[in-house]
Parts: sequence; structure tokens; C-alpha cells
Amino acid sequence: MTIVAPDLRAVKTTCAYCGVGCGILATPDGRGGAAISGDPDHPANFGRLCSKGSALGETLGLSNRLLYPMIRCGEGKMERVAWSDALDHVAHRFQHIIARDGPDAVAFYLSGQLLTEDYYVANKLMKGFVGSANVDTNSRLCMASSVAGHRRAFGADTVPGCYEDLDEADLLVLVGSNAAWCHPVLYQRMLVNKQKRGARMVVIDPRRTDTVGDDDLFLGLKPGTDAALFSGLLVYLADSGVLDRDYIALHTTGVDDAIARARSMAGSVGATALATGLSEQDVATFFQMFANTPRVVTLYSQGVNQSAQGTDKVNAILNCHLATGRIGLPGASPFSLTGQPNAMGGREVGGLANQLAAHMGFTPPDIDRVRRFWKAPRIATHEGLKAVQMFEAIARGEIKALWVMGTNPAVSLPNADGVRDALKKLDLFVISENVISNDTVDAGAHVLLPALAWGEKSGTVTNSERRISRQRAFLPAPGEAKPDWWIMGEVARRLGFGAAFSFASVADIFREHAALSAFENEGARDFDIGALQSLSDSDFDAMAPVQWPIRQGADPQARFFAEGGFFSSDFKARFIAPEVPALRTETTPARPLRLNTGRIRDQWHTMTRTGESPRLGQHLPEPFVEVHPDDAARYGVADGDFARVTTDYGQCTLRVVVSARQQRGMLFAPIHWSEANATGARVGSLVAPVTDPFSGQPENKATPASIAPYEYVFRGFALSRRPIEFPAHAWVARVAIQGGYGYLFADNADLTGWQSWLQAIATDDLAEYKDFGGGVYRAACFDGDRIDSCLFIGPAHDAGDWNVVKDLFAADRLGGDQRRMLLSGKSADGLANAGPIVCACFGVGRNTIGEAISAGARSAADIGAKLKAGTNCGSCIPELKRLVAESALNSRQQPQLTAAN
Amino acid sequence: MSEPLVIVGNGMAAARLVDELTKVALGRYAVAVIGDEPRLAYNRVLLSSVLAGETTSQDIELRPASWWRDRGVTLKYGCLATEIDVGRRELKIENDESIPFSKLVLTTGSSPLRLNMAGADLAGVHTFRDSRDVDLLLALAAQKRRVVVVGGGLLGLEAAYGLAKAGAPVTLVHLIDRLMERQLDAPAAALLKSIVERKGIEILLNANTARIHGETRVEDVELADGRLIPADAVIFAAGIRPNIALAKEAGIPVNRGIVVDDHLQTGASGIFAIGECAEHRGVCYGLVEPAYEQARLLARHLAGREASYAGSIVATNLKVSGVSVFSAGDFIGGEGSESIVLSDINRGTYKKLVIADGRLTGAVLIGDVTDALWYHELIRMQQPTARIRADMMFGRSLAMRSEAA
Repeated sequence: MTIVAPDLRAVKTTCAYCGVGCGILATPDGRGGAAISGDPDHPANFGRLCSKGSALGETLGLSNRLLYPMIRCGEGKMERVAWSDALDHVAHRFQHIIARDGPDAVAFYLSGQLLTEDYYVANKLMKGFVGSANVDTNSRLCMASSVAGHRRAFGADTVPGCYEDLDEADLLVLVGSNAAWCHPVLYQRMLVNKQKRGARMVVIDPRRTDTVGDDDLFLGLKPGTDAALFSGLLVYLADSGVLDRDYIALHTTGVDDAIARARSMAGSVGATALATGLSEQDVATFFQMFANTPRVVTLYSQGVNQSAQGTDKVNAILNCHLATGRIGLPGASPFSLTGQPNAMGGREVGGLANQLAAHMGFTPPDIDRVRRFWKAPRIATHEGLKAVQMFEAIARGEIKALWVMGTNPAVSLPNADGVRDALKKLDLFVISENVISNDTVDAGAHVLLPALAWGEKSGTVTNSERRISRQRAFLPAPGEAKPDWWIMGEVARRLGFGAAFSFASVADIFREHAALSAFENEGARDFDIGALQSLSDSDFDAMAPVQWPIRQGADPQARFFAEGGFFSSDFKARFIAPEVPALRTETTPARPLRLNTGRIRDQWHTMTRTGESPRLGQHLPEPFVEVHPDDAARYGVADGDFARVTTDYGQCTLRVVVSARQQRGMLFAPIHWSEANATGARVGSLVAPVTDPFSGQPENKATPASIAPYEYVFRGFALSRRPIEFPAHAWVARVAIQGGYGYLFADNADLTGWQSWLQAIATDDLAEYKDFGGGVYRAACFDGDRIDSCLFIGPAHDAGDWNVVKDLFAADRLGGDQRRMLLSGKSADGLANAGPIVCACFGVGRNTIGEAISAGARSAADIGAKLKAGTNCGSCIPELKRLVAESALNSRQQPQLTAAN
Repeated sequence: MSEPLVIVGNGMAAARLVDELTKVALGRYAVAVIGDEPRLAYNRVLLSSVLAGETTSQDIELRPASWWRDRGVTLKYGCLATEIDVGRRELKIENDESIPFSKLVLTTGSSPLRLNMAGADLAGVHTFRDSRDVDLLLALAAQKRRVVVVGGGLLGLEAAYGLAKAGAPVTLVHLIDRLMERQLDAPAAALLKSIVERKGIEILLNANTARIHGETRVEDVELADGRLIPADAVIFAAGIRPNIALAKEAGIPVNRGIVVDDHLQTGASGIFAIGECAEHRGVCYGLVEPAYEQARLLARHLAGREASYAGSIVATNLKVSGVSVFSAGDFIGGEGSESIVLSDINRGTYKKLVIADGRLTGAVLIGDVTDALWYHELIRMQQPTARIRADMMFGRSLAMRSEAA
């Protein structure tokens, strides 16, 4: 039966992951799942999806979902409570702490995965009515330096370009961006441009990532020297006469200071090469390419932003575009790629501690305007604490109540161990979440509020090119999960702010948000979607992807600043003279390396969603650290083995990947793993909590570190239909697999301990392979004909082939031969298979005999003549006769069956 | 003129010897076969299959009468040899007939042991050795008689399985704490026990049969611990004894069996012994495989070729009660050895390989015997196994592929 119910039609929505904001068609299957495909009409992706987006359908299960409100009760256990009780409790406790310690003793920590409407309500509640600006977000870790750089240069947080520029550029410069893995759909778009129009690509990154194509110019610069490179470029542009003197004169100020500063730090190709560690030839090639190519887009991402000089790096890049007037023109623009589906939406509502609302800051006129619009007498009048500082204030006991929504700071923030410890000090720790367990939840939450997840919630998100798209629900709310805006509205009502939070629908919120963006705007602020403030509910439901600004009565506008029009008091852009680049930390003999962190292709953030997908688990299943071969030799670590990476903040144990793509002196480790899915692989715990002075964004990519080999005698894996607990001594990484839960592990404990461990969770139907002398133990238990769980452990060279066993585990039914070979941990494909032995004396199997019969043997004697079977002791002769008889019977019946058909 | 060669005994060893002789020394000997069983030589291994109804008594005949005729063999079956006159080189048979011989081969086989205990002579006490026994046991089973089989070795298990399959309620009592202790280690024996029990056979281990009660017929079997097992019949299957009387009376040296040298020749010149009746280098074999090996070598020797028997490395490789069982070498694995074990009990599989000094020294397999012969060869050849250790358990084809890789 494959009848699709008529109401199960495709719903247009937007991807849950990165800032590309791809349109998705989700067709629910009526059983809690959905078929996922790219939306051909969406201008971000035109139907394309990356590996993560394509696998969204595998992440819709409810196995780890938080379905009911829960409160920590007297004995410390989380207990299910009614919504009204949970909300009363949260409101009462917040009220109490605000009354006792003041509004700055409370904070919200939000997420770039919240919808704009959720963000809006959170921001309004905290800044407008609680009266504190302690509202920050995980976007602080993501693109805060771009925001700060934009604001310094443009007077507003404006992305000047759009995705079409990637199609129309002749030169694409990627700085600190592994777009091939992190923004794959845009990267594919750039590749099409390369192929069709011959665009060139330059990749600037300390690591040779998969973004670097064979024919691209790769600049593997020293970490933290991007500002020197772009300063050198500015000098080169000035000296080559490529500057757009008219544009500079008409629309900018500060160019001379900026060039002077640039000259002082990278005054020539040679000086630039020296400052960045690049060859003069590569530097010169890049400078010439940039100088000679008017249609140039410089794309930048975490490699630029996640830095203690991130804002300067951004401005060094913007300076080059401003100086050449290559901004806001088709195929010519600086371009910040955002990491989250709605980091941009968060920026628009002002859900950051150093913004007020709707691209307005903490200037007296802005405060006054927002106060009047919100009718908010207690509005916050100064900036709040940015993420890293917010958690430091929690650690110091200054912030006593924290509400985390949809993010996992115990994993993602720098000094994550310190963050986890700080969370334990809170008087009130509220989390709105999808999952019942993650490192942050497990750090001692007092109240858990079940929020709707992607596919259930409805509202808007904004992508990297300022395009607002609807995220639509295509699944029913599971359990008692609620929209975040509803949860906050209910708390606001209980705090006595009901009148300001009487939103009946997400469309109500969107209209107010749009109205605020246009309120007393008159073109003074970039963010204006005033044309949408009167959308009807049905228009909102049907809203097609639309790029802002959408000013009332004005034409749509895809780009900014080609003709100036900056959002400063003089409408001019500012050249910013960056500081001499210097990483905030220094290596020492004890910490001789620098740890770079980042992402891998098929996982996203802390894996709470992508970690559910078997398909995505296949690419890089284990947490690892990448090391240059010379460093590997120097520090005694080998590819495939384990190593301990230590910084002043923490320690991780990771698999070693030796790769010449890594720079000497640097390590790279992905950020995705946490205590919830791996042992000692929470890379955030290694990262130094040093931040950019302007953006507050932490320097996640350059922490001084050391590496040392760590030996595990045994490696192994386990597969199970249910989650399983591992002994504390084992190193474990959990991987989603088809049909259950996979675990890759390493250990030094005795094999007999593993045998007892497995036997304790096994069904009665257990098969075991023991070669304790060879250091091998393997076992599988069965539920009928399928594997229920299995364990393979052995020395590194003999731990079994996880992929082979995974495939067998995925099967509903194992054949006799598959079961016979299962514990070999190897593929039996292509092996001769004689079948069950019939003639013991000559080892002749049933399959072999069957072949002889098919080839014409008509009696036991014929078989004996051919295969010797039955010619020694003769005990198998009765069976041989039976096989001949059965075969004759089958061949007689065959035509009849055919006839019957 | 062909030399007269007389074979005493008409069992599997005799048939094989004739077969081998016709291959290597056709026409050299005028062969006569004297056997006391009243039928053509048959495959004794298959008697349990006959009992189990899996094949017919007819079907287990090794060779048709024409086969013997075509090879010019004088066949006297149902005929008892009574005396060997070594000096006159004559064999006396029933009715005081004499058959002269130049060469004589004894293939007299063995007889089941009848335990010496009270009641062992009661009606209803049987053994399980030849096709006459099978006919009797089939009659018992047809009447659904309660049968106690004494002995948990191969023979006892076969008898119990056949009887149970033929419909009799069967209890098997065994003196030792596990079945087939000479071939199986404890886990293998336990698995075999559970499989046999599933076929409806009750098994009592550590059960020492003390006596058999009954007026004229068997009524109960009493164990040493006092337990009474009601029974209509008792089958002794607690071991065999080589049939040596004929040789012994002729003054041919005997021990447990008829003592033979590496040419299978007894103490008397021109008189040979092979099969279960023979004792070579102190060993009496109770399996068909060594008998066949001996027949082959003796045939070569009698043909005047170089042939010397150095003993057999015995492996048990057969179906016991429908279960494939293989056992060879040091299957227990003592000091200084390591064991690799694969068990899938619900699937009826248990495999153990014993390794010492980097070589396979023993193996026991239940259920999955696919690679039994390969293991046997590895044991015999004493080849180093380090390179195939990781895959050896999963068979030759996997191990060879990995080794090639």
C-alpha cells in the first residue's frame, strides 16, 4: 500500500541548518516522518540541497525528545509537571530574583535557530519589560565580528550583496570559509560560475580544506594574519592606482589613515608575505588578481569572525571593497556567510546584548523610540553582557537566573568546562529545548520546557542575503511541546506584562516586528520591512521568500551601497585602520601548538539533530584531531591512534588524523562532539575564552595546545537497537546507524569485563567469538532473525569491519550464512560457499552437490564419481539420494508451476 | 595360478580390502571372504540411519552380489570361521570344511561390551552392533517399549536417536559428567546434550548403572544412587571389544587386539589383521577411517609394493543423532595452549580451535563442520597458523582471502 493521503502534500519550508537558507519541500508520510527535497522555486538553492539538508527526514524521530515540562524536584530528579505549574514556577522565580537582585541578575541566552518571532518576543520581554539587555545568543560565536565590522564601516549591520553576485563574479575570494563543507549549496553555485563563466577562486585559510580546488589559488596563511594580508592588498591597490577615487571621495571617510596604517604593517608584497607566512609569489598573484578583477566577491566566515581581532579582519576586507567601489554591484561585494538558519533574523530583531531592537542601538533616540513603540517604561538603557562575559558573570554569581533557548552552551562556548561549572551555580536555570538530554540540560537545569522543533514550528528566518523565508510546520506538535514565543508570552503574562504580549499568532508577532522596523525609519535604518506590517494571516502563511529592505511604497532592493547611502550620520562609510594583527594568546614550550576548531561536512553544531541521521554518521563518525605529519612525528602520534590534546582550559582524547593539509604547528579538531555522544571529545572545553574587543566574539581557532599520544589496547564497536550505557573507563563515540545506535569505542580494560558487560544487556539468543589470547572478543545477540545488539572488540588491526556489520545490523533478517560469518567482522561477499557439509569425509557441501546435480548427476554414484562424496564411509549416501530425488521433484514441478502462473 | 588369499570377516574393512586389491593386484590372488553375518557386507555406520528410518536395510549394502562376482571373490557369508591352522595354512570353518590359504587377513571386527552386572542376562537386554540388532530394536520401538540405553558415547547416542526416532521413549544413562567425553569438551558436550534432548531423549549424566531388575524380563534399571528407571529393554552401548578369539586360539600374539606391525602383519607370517580387531603400536581403532587406511596400505603391501602403516591421526567426523560433530587432536587444550571459541548455541553451533606453539593442535566442532577437513589437515601438517589466526575460525575461504590480501 503506497497510497498517500490527499492532505499529505508537500509543505514549503526552509532548512534547519546553515545560513544559506535553502528552500525545502517536506512531504509528511502521516507516520511522523517526511520526504525531504529541495524547493526548486527557492532563490537560495533552486532545488539543490546539501548532504545535511537531504538527510533531514532521518532526524524527525522522537526518541530523544523533550515532550513535557519538567521541574527538578526535592530529590534532584526531573519530574513531569503541568504547563501552568512550570510557567508559574518560572515566572515566580524570575520575579523573585529580579526583585531581590535587580534586572541585570537575570539573562536569556538564545539561539540562531530560533525563529525571528521567537527572537522578537524574547528580546522585547528582556530589554523592554524586565529591563535588562542581558540577551545574547550563540550567534555571538558565529558572526558577531561581521556585525561589528559592518556597523563600524557602514553604520549598520548591512550585508551589501546577494547570492546572485556569486553567479556574476569573476573572482571569488574565500577567507576563513570552508564553504564546500559548511555552505555547500552556495559553494556549488560558485563552482557552476567557475565552470560556466571561468570565474577564479582564491581560498585563504590556514588549512587546506576541501574548498580548495586544484585550479584555485590557495593561500595557507599563518593564523590570525588575515588583516595583514588585506592591509597589504589595500596598499597594493593604492599603489597600483586601482582605487576608486570618486567613490572614496563621495561616500567614505578615513581612507588615508587606513592606508597609512596598512602601509605600516604590510607596506609591500614582501612585507605582506613576511607578516602572513606566505610566499611573495602567491601574495603577488592574489593582489594582481584582486586588482585586475572588478567583479570580485570576498566571502568570509568563521575563520575571520571567530577571532579576537575578528572585527579588524572584517574591516580590513571591507576597506578593500570600499576603496575600489566594489560594493553593492552585481558580482562585486564583500559577503559574510552566516552559520545558522536565523542568525540574520536574530540580528534584525536585535537579539544581541549590544543591540536594542530592529537594527537600533543603545543611543538615547533609539532607546526612546523603542520605548514608545513597545510602551515599555522599564526599557534597558545600556548594553548587556555578551555570551562569554555573560557566563563569566554567572560564574561570579552576578547573574543568578538564566533562560537558555535552543542552544547547547555547555558544549559550544569556549572554556566549556568552566561554563558547565558556572551553570551549576545558578539559582534558576531554565531551558527551552527539543531534546531531553544534552550537555547543557545535564549541567543541572531546574526547569525544562518542551519547545517545538523544526518541522513543527512556524514563523520566519532570514538567510545570509537578507532573504526572509517562512519556516512552516508540516508535523503535529509532539507531546505537549509549544512554540517558544508562546512559552515566553505566557511567562510575560505571569510577570504582569500581558498587554504587551497578547500575541494570538506568529503572524501577530511578525506584523509588530515589521511595524517596529518601519517605525520612525524614513530610510534612516537599513532594516525596514514596513511593507509587510499589514500582512493578513493568510498572506503571512503564503508569504514567498522576500529580500529586505521592503520599505512601504518603495521598490525592492537587492543590494546596498553601490551609490553610497551608508547609515551613518553623514551617510558615508568609514575606513577603519586595523590594529597590527596579533593573536591574543602565545604558544609556550608546554603548549607549543595552536588548536584550530571547525566543522565537518555532515554534522552541524552539537549534533542534536544531525547526530540522529545514519546517513550523516557515515562520513566522519569519530571525533578527531588533524595533525601535520611533521608534528605527528615530533610529538609521537600516529594516524589512527589516539592522542590527548591539552590546553590551559581542558583536555580531550581524540583520534589522530595525520594530514599534510594541516599547517605545521597547528591542530584542527571539529566542534561537534559532546559528552552526550562521545567521551572526552568536547572541544569547546579546550578553547580559550578570549574575545574580540568590539564584537565579543571568542577566538575559537588559535588556542595554545599540546598533543601527546594516548594508547588504547583495544578498539571496538557496538551496535544496538536501544541506547546503551558504556563503562566509564571506555572512550566512546556514538554514531547514528540504520535501525539503531552505533558506538565506536576504545579501551584498556580486560576483555572478560566486556564479555560480562555484553552478556548483561544481551538477549538469550547469544553468539560469541572468543580469542582472548589474540585479544579478540565478539558477540551478537539476536531477536528472532535480526541482530538485537552486538559487540566487536580487539586490537586495532583486528577490531572487525564496522561497515560490514552495520549493513547486517540494518537488515531485518539475517540468512544462515550471514549469521555464520557475522562474527568474523568481515565481508563474506565473493567467498566460495559450499553450504552445509553433507559428506564429512571429503568435506563436500550441499551447494556443491546441488551444482553437480544441476550439471547432470542423477544418482549418489554419479555424485561420488564427480565429487567423491559418499565414497568413503558412505554415511551421507541416504542424504545424497534424497538430494537427487528432491531435485528431480523440483524440476518436474517447475513446468507445472509455470503453467499455473 | 593365483595365490589363495582368505579374508575372515565380511565387514567394511573386508570390502575395502577387496576393492583396493583389485586396483593394485588384480589377478594375483584368488580371494575368498568368510563372514558370519548372513548377508552381503553393508555399511555399519548407517545402521543408526536404518534404525531411525532414514534409510532401508537394503540400501546400506556396500556392493551388490555382482560386484563381488565380477572380481572373482568366493563369498561365504553366514559362515563362521572356527580355527586357523597356522602351520598347515588352513582356515577351518563350520561343518569341518577347510580352506587353504597362502595369505590370511583377519577383519573380525569387534563386539559390544556387555556390562557385568546383575540382570545383564535378562530378556530385553540388547546390544547395538549389527543388522540383526537393528531388526530387534525396530521391533521394540514399534511396540513403544521404554528403552534405557547405557552409554553416552557415539554408539549409545546413535542407538538412542534411532530408537527415539522410531517411536520408543528413550532414556540414555552415562557414567561420565558429559556425553562423548573422548571426543568433546564440556561446552560441546553440553550443546550436543541439549540438541539430543530436544529430540525427546532423556539424558542422565553421572549415572552409574548398578543392576537391572526383572523376573524374566527387564523391568527397571537401578542406578548406583538408588534411582530406578522403569524400562522394557536395555541397550548396552558402553564400549566395544576387538574380536580376537580366533587369533588367540591359533597362538597368534594378541593384546587388547590382534597385534600387527607396520605392514599390518600379525606375529604369524602371512597372516594380517586390519580394522577394529587389530592393534597397531598399542592402539585399537574403533572408526572406519583407519580401517580403510589400513586396507589400502595392506593391499599395496600384498601387491608387493612399498607400503608401511604409521598409524592414523584420528578425527571423529560424523553425524551424531543428526548433529554434525567433528573432533580431532588435543581438543581440550591443556597447559601452554590457547583456545579460540565460536559459539552460537541457539543455532546449534560450537567451534573450538586449540593452538599451541603457533600451530593448530586440536579442534572440536558441533553443528557447523564446513571446514572440518581443513582443520584436520592443519593439525596433521602442523603448519604455523599465526597469519590466519584472525580468520581461521570462519573458514578456509575467508582465511585464504585475507592471507592473499
